[in-house]
Amino acid sequence: MDKVIVADNLSLSYSKDETIINKVSFSIDSGSFVFITGASGSGKSTLLKSLYGALKPQEGSLVVAGVELKGVTKSKLNLLRKHTGIVFQDYKLVKEWTIEKNIMLPLIISGYDKTVQQNQVDTLLKHVRLKHQAGKYPQELSGGEQQRVAMARALSHNPVLILADEPTGNLDDYSSQLIWNLLEGANTDLKSTVIVVTHHIPESMGVDYKHFHIEYGSIHEVA
Amino acid sequence: MKSLRNHLSLVVALLSILFSLQTFIIVDRSINAYKDNLSNNYSLVVVSQKILNANFIINQHKLIKNIVLLSPDKVIKKLNHGISKKNIDLLKLSLPKFYKLILLQYPSPDEVNNLTKSLLRDTSVIKVETFSKSHDTTYKLLLLFKTVISVFAFSVGIVTILLISKELKIWQFKHTERMSIMGLFGAPTWLSSAVLFRLAFVDALIASVFAFVIFSYVASSVWVEEQLENIGITVVVFDPIMDFGIMLGLALLLSTLLATLIVISHKEEV
Repeated sequence: MDKVIVADNLSLSYSKDETIINKVSFSIDSGSFVFITGASGSGKSTLLKSLYGALKPQEGSLVVAGVELKGVTKSKLNLLRKHTGIVFQDYKLVKEWTIEKNIMLPLIISGYDKTVQQNQVDTLLKHVRLKHQAGKYPQELSGGEQQRVAMARALSHNPVLILADEPTGNLDDYSSQLIWNLLEGANTDLKSTVIVVTHHIPESMGVDYKHFHIEYGSIHEVA
Repeated sequence: MKSLRNHLSLVVALLSILFSLQTFIIVDRSINAYKDNLSNNYSLVVVSQKILNANFIINQHKLIKNIVLLSPDKVIKKLNHGISKKNIDLLKLSLPKFYKLILLQYPSPDEVNNLTKSLLRDTSVIKVETFSKSHDTTYKLLLLFKTVISVFAFSVGIVTILLISKELKIWQFKHTERMSIMGLFGAPTWLSSAVLFRLAFVDALIASVFAFVIFSYVASSVWVEEQLENIGITVVVFDPIMDFGIMLGLALLLSTLLATLIVISHKEEV
């Protein structure tokens, strides 16, 4: 099976003095569903950031969808990100844009025509049960609703890789379930590789998944 | 309302800089027109023992527009009583020649001095009357007026630049978040900063159109016309093509510079 992520002796840090992830090696198969767990401050989010190039490897190599992220150029990184859907813990929605336009963002960046953008947004708004909120601004929605918008945005361009950073943290059961269903759907229907950083793996997962645990700067697969 | 607030702060800052620029241009034009007016009424008188070669003198001195020989008849007429025609002819021959020098522009005191020195180099020239006392006073008054207006325009410019740099910080805060989010989804810099440049362009256009309306009104005002007439000058207060072009150009330059500084200083969130 093709590998979508290959890390070899990867070290990550925000400063020279403190290494968060220390010389880890792992790989993730294309089309798989992966959970990354670990205690607070263990480096889960740091590792996820490195997967979309927000943090460059300090040492070793990290290849995501065929792109070596050590010393990657801006144009290559943009190309990788165009095929990646990211869900952030703090949603990262553009405040001055409507819900509809926020969901459209990856489609605008990829240059889809307006009809495609509108059709895709309409479909996704139905999936996340927010059709009636399309013209509203993010600050007019609850946290759960904002995360559903962020989820719809991450899926809008049918990405090959979906990265989610604690997507259900602090969400109500209804919104959490909706988000897990969407992530599973993306994995099974779109064949996207899904990597979720979380504290808790939901008990009833409808797909096979792999589980990596981060501890003391190293990562290991949980059987 | 929110959209208006987004535009208002930069539009006001740009308007004040355009206002000070156009005020300076109007004052500069008025002073130049007034100087032209003065130069028509101002002339030097040269007294010479011999007839001067007018063409030679005009070619030698760039400031001289024309040289006119003054007829001594008026003076002689006053002495006419009891003097024979033969003696009057002799008197005419023995009198020095008086020339009026008409200048191309209203000269500075230095230009008057240099011209006087240069004319006196000709040994036949006995005297050059410059009427310096009245000339110097008028010139210094004009210079003072222009300096005061320049300082005023410069001060407004500085205050506006400070306003714009404050605006820069507000824009940075407002736009950085959106630019970062767009960057996280692979938007190239030109796309993530397009909104910023569009806003800068629109604000520059709004400020220029406002300034255009204000100065078109000022230019058509009867009161302004009367004031200019009172000092005997005709000035183009506002040229709708050239002046609007200058204002739009400056407004675009400043707002684009502001947007560029934000884009350059933008760092991707980690």
